[in-house]
Amino acid sequence: MAYVADLPESTVLASDYFQSYSVVGLLAVIGVLFVAVAFGAGRLLRPVVPTPEKLLTYECGVDPVGEGWAHTQVRYYVYAFLYVIFAVDSIFLFPWATVFAAPGYGATTLVEMFIFLGFLAVGLLYAWKKGVLEWT
Amino acid sequence: MNDVLDVALRLIIVFAVFMVVPLVVGQTEHKVMAHMQGRLGPMYAGGFHGWAQLVADGVKFAQKEDIVPAEADRRIFQLAPAVALLPYLLVLVAIPIGPSEGAVGQVVDAGIFFVLAVMGVGVLGSLMAGWASANKFSLLGGLRTAAQLLAYELPMLLAAASVAMAAGTVSLPGIVNAFEWWWLPWQIVGGLVFFVAGLAELQRPPFDMPIADSEIIFGAYTEYTGLRFALFLLAEYAGIVVLCGLTTVLFLGGWHGPLGADGLGWVWTLLKIAVLAFVVIWLRVSYPRLREDQLQRLAWTTLIPLALAQIALTGIVKVAIS
Repeated sequence: MAYVADLPESTVLASDYFQSYSVVGLLAVIGVLFVAVAFGAGRLLRPVVPTPEKLLTYECGVDPVGEGWAHTQVRYYVYAFLYVIFAVDSIFLFPWATVFAAPGYGATTLVEMFIFLGFLAVGLLYAWKKGVLEWT
Repeated sequence: MNDVLDVALRLIIVFAVFMVVPLVVGQTEHKVMAHMQGRLGPMYAGGFHGWAQLVADGVKFAQKEDIVPAEADRRIFQLAPAVALLPYLLVLVAIPIGPSEGAVGQVVDAGIFFVLAVMGVGVLGSLMAGWASANKFSLLGGLRTAAQLLAYELPMLLAAASVAMAAGTVSLPGIVNAFEWWWLPWQIVGGLVFFVAGLAELQRPPFDMPIADSEIIFGAYTEYTGLRFALFLLAEYAGIVVLCGLTTVLFLGGWHGPLGADGLGWVWTLLKIAVLAFVVIWLRVSYPRLREDQLQRLAWTTLIPLALAQIALTGIVKVAIS
């Protein structure tokens, strides 16, 4: 195929790509070690004198009523749906963002961008009109 | 062998920054808040203007008894502080300070993507703490944290996408290298949206509904004591450093200054981060807490439309000049 030859020379090979993440992985190991050492040292330093009162769930000083994992009305589940839809859409912006102004694209991709933004805006307006964005 | 040493040195420096800079921000917060409120703040610990106050606090935290409520989900409760803290350490490695190869912990190709994804993980720590505590206040705090994440992750993502469009790359050093001074007015709306959304994600005032002390004690952290509580606090200040660093790199041109980017570029980066951190503290002193519904309304009806408008503007200008 002709376009394969047109790839920029800086195309990163997979092995190089993952090499940078191995350093990130090493740092994660250091972080986990730090937390483990801190907790271990804390265990040696601190007193352990548990009493039933200390281990009681805090509820403003009175005995707790019922259990903590109470049923609550999650008012924002519609926000959660909105978020998932919008976030999945927005992820596609990033790969597109790196090439949209490349020579030969220009106006076409700009029109595509406005179609994309239009979809998001109409979706948001619809949710707004429907009263979903009211917290009641 | 040299490579190994090089990597080890970088990791040690990143870890040292992670341990020291959040404390500097914390101490600055003590003093700046105090002076804005007409008092002195800590004056005793360490002698000179209480500079060692946070060290003293750390020693105190380490000696406190570690209490896990009998009702709590023990494992999750104990792990939560680590989950809240460690993502900020990982983000720090990807933030470039200066133009040279040596001034960044590790160049991650998909930089923006990496930092936004990993920063989002930090909030999981609060959710774990809120659920595992088996405490009504903690549960409410955890639910509020979740609502806040849902509202503010999106404007942050869109604002960052605008910068990626402007620079034509998602690598953080690449973005700063592409920066020109006129990006400041061009991307200012995106920058404001990013900073405000980041504040909300960190649960800093005026967006501190999830830990509103006058309503729900301390939200998800109500049941925590000692070292684990200290790690949550450290996570908050590490988060401030990370947010200010990212805003500097993405929107304020990082190491570019009035005198050019050569030589002392990293000083400009640090200066900008420091000024932003000061603004974060300033906002805490100046603004009252938003109510939950006001907070959602601000995100969905102001920040997201603004971020979409910024993307449109970025696209038009970018195509027009290329």
